[in-house]
Amino acid sequence: MSAPANDSQDYVGFDTITQQMERKFLKRGFNFNVILVGESGMGKSTLVNSIFSSHLVDSQGRRTAQEVIRKTTEISPVTQTLEENGVRVRLTIIDTPGFGDQCNNEGCWVPVIKYIKDQHAAYLERELKPQRDRVINDTRVHACLYFLNPGSRGLRPLDVEVLKRLTEVTNVIPVIAKSDSMTVEERTAFKRRIKEELVFHRIAVYPYPSEEDCDEDRALNSSIRDLVPFAVVGSEEIIDVNGTPVRGRRHGWGVINIFDETHSDFVHLRNFMLRTHLSDLIEVTSQRHYEQFRTSQLRQIKELRAQQAAAAASGGIMGSMPQQVPPQVPAVHQPMA
Amino acid sequence: MRSVQNQGNGAIKKKMNGYVGFSNFPNQEHRRSIKRGFNFTLMVVGESGLGKSTLINTLFESKVYPTKDTDASEVPAVRSGVEITSVSADIQENGVRLRLSVVDTPGFGDSINNDEAWRPILENIESRFDAYLAQENRVNRSKIVDNRVNAVLYFIRPSGHGLRAIDIEFMKHLHTRVNLIPVIARSDTLAGREVETFKARIMADINYHGIQIFKPVSDQFDDPETVADNKAIASKVPFAVVGSEKLVERADGTKVRGRRYPWGVIEVENEAHNDFVSLRQMLLRTHMEELRDATDVGLYEAYRTQKLLALGHVQDNAVFREFNPRQQLEEEERLHGAKMGKLEAEMAAVFRQKVQEKEGKLKQSEEELHSRHQQMKAVLEKQRMELEDKRARVGNSQPPNTSMDAAAAAVLAHAGEPVQRMPSKDKKKRGFF
Repeated sequence: MSAPANDSQDYVGFDTITQQMERKFLKRGFNFNVILVGESGMGKSTLVNSIFSSHLVDSQGRRTAQEVIRKTTEISPVTQTLEENGVRVRLTIIDTPGFGDQCNNEGCWVPVIKYIKDQHAAYLERELKPQRDRVINDTRVHACLYFLNPGSRGLRPLDVEVLKRLTEVTNVIPVIAKSDSMTVEERTAFKRRIKEELVFHRIAVYPYPSEEDCDEDRALNSSIRDLVPFAVVGSEEIIDVNGTPVRGRRHGWGVINIFDETHSDFVHLRNFMLRTHLSDLIEVTSQRHYEQFRTSQLRQIKELRAQQAAAAASGGIMGSMPQQVPPQVPAVHQPMA
Repeated sequence: MRSVQNQGNGAIKKKMNGYVGFSNFPNQEHRRSIKRGFNFTLMVVGESGLGKSTLINTLFESKVYPTKDTDASEVPAVRSGVEITSVSADIQENGVRLRLSVVDTPGFGDSINNDEAWRPILENIESRFDAYLAQENRVNRSKIVDNRVNAVLYFIRPSGHGLRAIDIEFMKHLHTRVNLIPVIARSDTLAGREVETFKARIMADINYHGIQIFKPVSDQFDDPETVADNKAIASKVPFAVVGSEKLVERADGTKVRGRRYPWGVIEVENEAHNDFVSLRQMLLRTHMEELRDATDVGLYEAYRTQKLLALGHVQDNAVFREFNPRQQLEEEERLHGAKMGKLEAEMAAVFRQKVQEKEGKLKQSEEELHSRHQQMKAVLEKQRMELEDKRARVGNSQPPNTSMDAAAAAVLAHAGEPVQRMPSKDKKKRGFF
């Protein structure tokens, strides 16, 4: 917040808007919501805790034989406020224990899609209220980390089904969390394979190619897209390597440093998610996914109204009507897969 | 001097004076087995990508399976359901011929709905049992081909969390038909203590669900070294393995089979790195015969019994009894006595029944008579009242009418006494009361 250095009289000073915005942001803080989708034991909790360098979520995996295997996918959001250099973020991590863990996984994605759509619906409802809050608490899901199984020959049938549906409602970032069982060649081959299959099935993962990007952004985005899916290793342990503390994993044949770029893509993933594309994730959620949802909802309401009008006209009954739009919004949204 | 010892089971243990030579029997058996050659059928089960083919190739040090081409550019057709494919190889080592068959189960666990993924596998195993059963029942049994599955290597995903639903389902359905050997696949992703924790969780799950897995056990005839070896191997179950067909160079320049990572090199045959050596030891070097034996004696026999009983065969245990005349006489006597007793009881029962019947009848007639008596009494009473009435009326108005009066007087005379028509029955009635 320093005074403009340029003293000349022609200096207008509207370039300080960035600082004004920053100040506003600092005061208000912002919301960031991430959903983790993957089977039990893929390394979801460890990865998230590694990315944010703090123990945010506990693993929901089965620990004892007496615990029953969950029959449905549960949605368990955990909200925490993190602060760094005066910037506050209300971070919500949504875990999905039970996803893909049963013998028959038909429909295990339904609760996930429903949750994401419900957040859009809640936001829409608040937007449509005659008396809106000044700042709407944004619970929309900004990013979805989808966890792939290392070693499988490409996408599994379950992955294809779920990814198709997820990419329609949120930004999906595919990751391989336990990539320390793949050699470098295997990793490269696997990534190439996944990318081919994503194209084949017409699944659009984040970041999306966009015309508005300037050259710099385009280069960055294409380098990011090359890395997809991110082959990472997560760790909450600090181990001692020749005196230096390293966040990583110790095997009998070597030590993995998760920040080492040759060992894993962790650094790239973290930078991508938090340092470069954080605001883009939020914006794209708002501009692309939310708008899509909103359009389809309003269209449905219009159709519903038209139907009711037709019914009223033909039946001569006094139809109930137009003033009820806001509460109807969540009702119209049917949780469909 | 011969020393004679009487052992508990009736066998007398004798010590010999010189070398007889029957201790050479195992060698003869050994030579015959080598000439015949051995059969071993191994089945591998697990979802795709867990390294099954690589492990098989590593175990048998030959390309039993061609390396899967990860660079294939076409997207494979979506496989629905589980296939069963079999590959056989004749391998030889030190003059011993082994006919090794490996049965693969591609597609297991790869679909969205894996509820019935175990069924085709169970059916395949049982059909092999059926084939063997049919051969055993043939007239000419000189050439029996044994392709029963001797062991199933079940590959578990290295999640660290315990068994998954599909693992438990599979094991519960198949553990009574095969020797189950669970292995932790791609175990190079687990570090240090994670391996032990994971193994403990798996075993807890296995015990909780009552699943029988194959474990090397020692019996009384084994020497201490073997017992120790067996214990060591058993403690490592389930084996955490890593497979590799490629050679990598170690720090000192030697080449071993392993995997090269940016952070180090894992050696397949290094016991500190993974349990491959223990698995190979158990499967090939020490317990192959036990696996075959357990299949034949334990699993196959159980299947055969179940199947034959289901078909309606009845076990006739009489053929097992020894013939002993005294015992037979005693038994006959017993049987006869039992028969007599039964007859007696029957007759007593019949007698009792007859008595009861008669009693019933008599009671019935008694009741009948009693009610008739009451009836008559009532009628008489009524008539008496009428007569009294008439008499009263007559007494007031006229002199008595002779004919009417005689009868009326006669009736009146007897009015107070009870009916004496059936005196004998009455007495009897009183007697009964």
